[in-house]
Amino acid sequence: MSHHLVEARGLSHIYEDGTVALKDVSFRITHGESVAIIGANGAGKSTLLMHLNGHLSPTSGEVRIGDTPLTKETLPAIRRTVGLVFQDPDDQLFMPTVYDDVAFGPRNQGLPEAEVDRRVHEALERVGVWHVRAKPPYRLSGGEKKRAAIAGVLAMAPDILVMDEPTSGLDPYARRQLIGLLGEFRHTRIFTSHDLDMVLDLCPRTIVLFEGAIMADGPTRDIFADEALLSRCQLERPLALQACPVCGHKHD
Amino acid sequence: MHMADALLSPAVGGTMWAATAVAVAHCSRRLRIEADDRRVPLMGVLGAFLFTAQMINFSIPGTGSSGHLGGGLLLAILLGPHAAFLVVASVLIVQALFFADGGLLALGCNIFNLGFLPAFLGYPLYRRLAGRAPGTARATTAAITAAVVSLQLGAVAVVLQTVASGISALPLGTFALFMLPVHLAIGIVEGLVTAAVVVFVRATRPDILPAATPSNRSVTGVAVSFATVALALGGIGAWFASANPDGLEWSIARITGADELDSPLTTLHARSAELQRRVAVLPDYGFRQDEGRDASPEGAPAASNLHRPGDRLGTSLAGVLGGAGALFLALLVGFVLRRKAQPT
Amino acid sequence: MTRVAGLLDFRRLDLLATGDSSLHRLDPRAKVIVTLVFIICAMSFDRYAVAPLIPFFVFPIAVITAARLPIAFLLHKVALVLPVALLIALPNPWFDREVLLQLGALQISGGWISLLSIMLRSLLAAAAAIALVAVTGFPAICGALERMGMPRPLAVQLLFLYRYMTVLGEEAVRMTVAREQRGGGRPLSIRLHGALVGRLLLRTWDRAERIYLAMCARGFTGDFRGGPPSRLGRLEIAYVAGWSGLLLLLRTHDVTQWLGAAALGVLR
Repeated sequence: MSHHLVEARGLSHIYEDGTVALKDVSFRITHGESVAIIGANGAGKSTLLMHLNGHLSPTSGEVRIGDTPLTKETLPAIRRTVGLVFQDPDDQLFMPTVYDDVAFGPRNQGLPEAEVDRRVHEALERVGVWHVRAKPPYRLSGGEKKRAAIAGVLAMAPDILVMDEPTSGLDPYARRQLIGLLGEFRHTRIFTSHDLDMVLDLCPRTIVLFEGAIMADGPTRDIFADEALLSRCQLERPLALQACPVCGHKHD
Repeated sequence: MHMADALLSPAVGGTMWAATAVAVAHCSRRLRIEADDRRVPLMGVLGAFLFTAQMINFSIPGTGSSGHLGGGLLLAILLGPHAAFLVVASVLIVQALFFADGGLLALGCNIFNLGFLPAFLGYPLYRRLAGRAPGTARATTAAITAAVVSLQLGAVAVVLQTVASGISALPLGTFALFMLPVHLAIGIVEGLVTAAVVVFVRATRPDILPAATPSNRSVTGVAVSFATVALALGGIGAWFASANPDGLEWSIARITGADELDSPLTTLHARSAELQRRVAVLPDYGFRQDEGRDASPEGAPAASNLHRPGDRLGTSLAGVLGGAGALFLALLVGFVLRRKAQPT
Repeated sequence: MTRVAGLLDFRRLDLLATGDSSLHRLDPRAKVIVTLVFIICAMSFDRYAVAPLIPFFVFPIAVITAARLPIAFLLHKVALVLPVALLIALPNPWFDREVLLQLGALQISGGWISLLSIMLRSLLAAAAAIALVAVTGFPAICGALERMGMPRPLAVQLLFLYRYMTVLGEEAVRMTVAREQRGGGRPLSIRLHGALVGRLLLRTWDRAERIYLAMCARGFTGDFRGGPPSRLGRLEIAYVAGWSGLLLLLRTHDVTQWLGAAALGVLR
């Protein structure tokens, strides 16, 4: 199923003001993989995400989704395949009600209203917020907003789910719920996150970015075992792998 | 200042609604043609921004009181006049519905006074004075001038709308004497506040401020000149309209030796005259006297009225209002014809 | 800060619109039309009309009770207009001293009568607007207006404004609370206000950019495709016809006189 493939080849991006955001980034993510992209602030994570659904054009190199290069013609199809969930759900839930917002994508796809309704229902049920569909987003809790935003993307039936800082701003309960939900998805999943414990739970593979370049790309456990790498990239081990604060006993 | 439903008659309110509706349609069409997708969410959140910014007060130097940003001019500087007009309209609509600020009937007046005037008369003035990339001093002077002009015109509009409605007993002269100086002060402050924001934005994110768009100037420049000339002529001309009958009637009287043209269609003429007398807010180009006291028939201006000082002010402002009304009808016809001419 | 209280009132008013009464379920166009008829009728009286205005309260009262809305809250909201109403009405007794009414030894000038009229009008206008929002909801009103001819760009604009009012309001509260704590609670100077408002503007601009990206990510091409259609059924037509008829009747006939005469007749 090549249409689930996410591939970057020599991707570089330099902003107008001269900032080098990405340096020769190359990776290949296949169907059903769950990959985390981690790195310090300013490492280039967000820039990379913007390339994955065509918001930004590479200065050099290319991005291929499902073995299709990103061009102006292929953009609409690629935006259907790659569902991007933004960090701040208030940026994403811009319609007056949750229902209208989740329906936004399918309606833009030109689907008949009956089909739109089916998709919205399915998406909202999937994430567990069907009961708030008539509410304006400002009346939702943080966790509900996050899930509604995800529903809005799911309603477009993407093959690849890309999420920017999925657990940021969530209270522990909402966070735990979200991690559970994301673990159930069978899409190809790509997350950026500072929440390294979530990465440990959800992503067998991790890519480490530092100053726009890939410093490591491999099994999550191996990367988190490499303390030298982590500190070079201004990261730390997830709390679950750090020494116990009470007895000092260290995990593997 | 907001117009309130309680002081507004449906005739005046309806007229202003019509004018506002035309402006809304024109601006909407213009934005649709320009088809800048980015502007859709931008206008939306800037509306929320304006609404929110109006909740933040500053203290007015010299007085003990505080004020808040009006914002029409600022938005026009950021978005251009057409988008700014719609944004201000949206804020006023929300205020009328949720906060009973002003009122639903008065919305037409308020959108016109607080949206149209700053965007289409104040802003072109700002652009002309400030040029392409003004420094702080020049921007501040331009902003103050533009804001003062917008607010003065707005104040005149409120005065006219109030007096024409006939619910308030405030005489036109007194009202104007109060509103104009107050709004001069408010205008100066609005200009200062607008300039302060513009200067801040220019210092931190100059990319946000668009350069002057030449295409706007041709249309709004014409509108501005037209409006100014119409208002000036109407005002000055009517002021000097003496107790002598109207020019046309005067020549007719000289030619036929009769005071009024003996129309073969007397019934139709009489009927339309009667209709005009009933409908006209400002019969005889004075302000409506108490019914019954004014015994003079329509058509022949009551000579004595025009010599009373209050009426003299009323006369010239009647001319102004008449001029403005005529201008609007003209613009309305213009827009309608343009719309018919353009293939949609 | 009274304005913050305003935002809370907005949320409460918006919440009321989610109620489920027969009135709530009516097509919004019917409710908008009746409100417009109401306002035109009520505001078209001459300045000395007091008694004829009173029967008009039947409309907001009927709406509030039929829709089971909280009376105390709405009464409070409507009463908020009274101070401003008094202010704009005050010139009338000052300038209009001609005595119009004599109650025994008490002489009442036209100015006071028209002041009362203005206060009543203010209450009626506010009640109509608030009742409309409380039973219809803002998005539905925008939809109704659009179907009745309002251009789409304005409708879209209104919905975005509605959506982000509270978001930006909360941002502003966070920014001003921090500032006011350092400033000792006094209002800001113009320069500081400019910087604060400027910062809010920049954050808003950036947010707009992100929203635009989110819209494009889900296929936005410049147009908002429609939602489910709504219909004007028999109930709506009855609602509009019934209320319009009653309001026009109240406008053209002084019902209070009838009631007074009838009452006197009964008493005799």
